[in-house]
Amino acid sequence: MVQRNEFRFDPNDFDFKKLKPFLFLLPAVLVLWLAYTSVYTVQAEMEGIVQRFGRYARPAYPGLNFKIPFGIEKVTMVPVKRQLKQEFGFATSGYTDKWQASSEQPLERSMVTGDLNAALVEWVIQYRVEDPKAFLFKVREPKDTLRDISEAVMRTVVGDRTVDEVITIGRQEIEADALEMLQTAVNKYELGLSIDQVQLKNVNPPTPVQASFNEVNQAQQEREQMINEANGQYNREVPRAKGEADQKIQAAEGYALKRVNEADGDVARFNALLKEFLKAPEVTKRRIYIETMKEVIPKLGKKIIIDDKASSVLPLLQLSTDK
Amino acid sequence: MKNVVAPIVVVVLLVGAVVAYSAAFTVDETEQVILTQFGKPVGDPITEAGLHFKVPFVQDVTAIEKRILEWDGRPIEMPTKDKTYIKVDTFGRWRIQDAKPYFLRLRDERSARSRLDDILGSETRNAIAKHELIEVIRTTKDREPARDATLGDAPGSIGVLYPIRMGRAKIEQEIFEAAARKLKDFGIELLDIRFKRINYNESVRQRIYTRMISERQQIAERFRSEGGGEAAKILGKKEKDLLQIESEAYKEVQEVRGVADAKATQVYADAYNQSPEAVSFYEFIKTMETYREMLDQDSTMILTTDSEIFKFLKDFEESN
Repeated sequence: MVQRNEFRFDPNDFDFKKLKPFLFLLPAVLVLWLAYTSVYTVQAEMEGIVQRFGRYARPAYPGLNFKIPFGIEKVTMVPVKRQLKQEFGFATSGYTDKWQASSEQPLERSMVTGDLNAALVEWVIQYRVEDPKAFLFKVREPKDTLRDISEAVMRTVVGDRTVDEVITIGRQEIEADALEMLQTAVNKYELGLSIDQVQLKNVNPPTPVQASFNEVNQAQQEREQMINEANGQYNREVPRAKGEADQKIQAAEGYALKRVNEADGDVARFNALLKEFLKAPEVTKRRIYIETMKEVIPKLGKKIIIDDKASSVLPLLQLSTDK
Repeated sequence: MKNVVAPIVVVVLLVGAVVAYSAAFTVDETEQVILTQFGKPVGDPITEAGLHFKVPFVQDVTAIEKRILEWDGRPIEMPTKDKTYIKVDTFGRWRIQDAKPYFLRLRDERSARSRLDDILGSETRNAIAKHELIEVIRTTKDREPARDATLGDAPGSIGVLYPIRMGRAKIEQEIFEAAARKLKDFGIELLDIRFKRINYNESVRQRIYTRMISERQQIAERFRSEGGGEAAKILGKKEKDLLQIESEAYKEVQEVRGVADAKATQVYADAYNQSPEAVSFYEFIKTMETYREMLDQDSTMILTTDSEIFKFLKDFEESN
């Protein structure tokens, strides 16, 4: 043992008479202590419940309040204005209220739907203490009870729905129904709580099934894609074919115009010629003939002129096209 | 004398204080009290909160909970009527209604809880075994589920709620009634019992997953074949439209050309046929034109001096 600095209180050595001037302080200290134990403050978000000898006496509202000291009156603070929440199937980290989330999250979110499928449902409830007296005195573990009711209610609601309703189309309806059922149950159970909101968070098919749910979405997109591609092909080819058809028709119309116009032109020219021809048929005919020959004969490759009496040379001629 | 009186007064006061302290006790809003005399309860339980008195030293105070208490059952695996194994987790709420029999028969909450475990557990088991799984899952008999429009008229059981006769709430009520009667003897009032969680056991779960997967794959397949069908329809229409457009164009082209050809033919015929002179003149100039086009440097022409163009070459006189 370590030797401590020796300071022994020896009553024989102590001179009580020395205390006499301080004796008048005793009542003052007593009064101060009395005041200290009988005055207390209720914070803005709280409401106090005062019990005298264990019996409910009165509520205490925010501000400075008094009570009878020496343990005759006892005050319990209840946060009436604070919005509290409970999370099911998941937990946001850093919560201080131990009822906000549980350690059984996988069990909480796993549910059976009304078509005997399974779904993972995560949700959150927002609530407040509405009646602090009931909250303190009616039920021993109001927050645990609330957790249990919330789970029972959510499963009742989900159990009446198909897996597709739960996962996609029926979310709002589920929130509304659950809120109503939860508030009814909380009132019936006299928990002294008011439920402000029930919110669904992640709602998913069970993990091993998720891939096949995704496959449905994917197939839906594939369907759209196939239809779009076919439409694309249609739109790529049909308007072009229409244009091409139009082009052909236009060309045919052009041809028609050309044909008729040419005929008209030819005929006009013919008529003009004919008119002149009729004035001097023989000469004109001859002139045209000679003019034609004049034009044609120079273009010919070989020209052989023989007397009709010398027709026997004909077989001797090399009638080849070779040059 | 004075010296003797003062200590006596002090002693009497002290004894009085001790007696008063032993006689007085408080009862909280949350509890009720049973007074016991040498371990035996005396009088009625005190349920009123506040300051109370008892016979000092002889009587003892036993506080018993007055609030509504929670019973949270352990999850138990049990079969339904259709032999599906499920894990059922229940909770209930109860209250010590009559503290005397409660105190006499159970003493404390621990034994009360184990009694609740026994009775509620076996009643739950009974009720579950009497009903098919779907009866414990669903509640509302005639609820029409909303259907996912994008899934269309999905085949088989997809998007369909299985029909029920009783429903969850009625089965809970059944358990409640059976258990409440048995618990009454212990001074316990059962307020209600509800299913907290119901889940498939591991082997059933695998089966359910397999079914869900196959259902979804069915839907996916249908989407794909719908896509293929729609696409084929569109491509077919494309084929038809193309042929229609092309053939209609062909038809119109031929018609237009035919009309024009006919018109031209008529114009020519009218002109060339106007008189016998015209006919012969046409014949003549057309022949001339043909020569022009027909004869080129590859042609060889053998002309006799008899021909019109050379008739002067041989004999000028003769041709005159």
